[in-house]
Amino acid sequence: MVRLSHFMNNPLKQLDSNEADLISRVCKGEHKAFEELVRPYERLVYVTAISVLRNPADAEEVAQEAVLKAFSKLSSFRAECKFSTWLVQITYNEARMKLRKDRRHLYESVDDPRQDKEGDYWPKDFADWRPIPSELLENEQVREALQNAINSLNDMYREVVNLRDIQNLSIKDTATVLGIPETSVKTRLRRARLLLRDALAPGIDGLWHTGHPYQKVRPW
Amino acid sequence: MTTIEISCVEVWREISEYVDADVSAELRVRMEAHFKVCAHCSAVLDGMRNVVGLVADGRLFQTPEGFNKRLYSKVNPSE
Repeated sequence: MVRLSHFMNNPLKQLDSNEADLISRVCKGEHKAFEELVRPYERLVYVTAISVLRNPADAEEVAQEAVLKAFSKLSSFRAECKFSTWLVQITYNEARMKLRKDRRHLYESVDDPRQDKEGDYWPKDFADWRPIPSELLENEQVREALQNAINSLNDMYREVVNLRDIQNLSIKDTATVLGIPETSVKTRLRRARLLLRDALAPGIDGLWHTGHPYQKVRPW
Repeated sequence: MTTIEISCVEVWREISEYVDADVSAELRVRMEAHFKVCAHCSAVLDGMRNVVGLVADGRLFQTPEGFNKRLYSKVNPSE
């Protein structure tokens, strides 16, 4: 049985009292408390899964598996990182496992060392950008353009963008989830952001094509 | 006080951390002096800020309808 004091007596433990209480209740058999514990992070779980798998149906399946695994392993959670980081880590590992399994028939490895190029990447496009109002995300085409740009990134860059920029995890937590040094997170993030910027600049509406003169078509 | 100049390549190497406000005060001053006179680097900065701002918006990835209920289906199989 996990006691509340187990989490609260150690100042290094990264858990707030409400989460510690919920975990304690789940471990005592109050299963409903588990939903209350996970609820603030439901979207986090989904976005983590879809960022790896790029397919809503697979992402949902993996999200359910991850939540089940978190439930069954909760008594072994020692609060050495935040609960949300632990949950994202489980989801991320489940998603990677599914990807590895699904890709096996393609003779392709998600750990392909050839992808692990972290050299410098310099911007290619210097077109002037105006600030883009976030209301534009109400537009499905704009959302699709952004999602496609993110999905076009290699796994290692997409995962860092997902954790750091979409889910707003700290550099330290991103490094914990991915099991890589913080310096690698920063290098990958820089490259990913520059790649995204080049993919979207300057025609985020998708009507600009490389090699053709830019036609100003933005509605703002 | 004299600000030591910084090259475009050095700016690009640090620009992501600059956007995250994760550079030293000294480097920030040098980069800001550079942005004032370099249109290319200013454009890269504006673009990166746009991308980071848009990507962070919760509307970009929305969960499918009913996802939240189905999420616990394996934990509570009888429900």
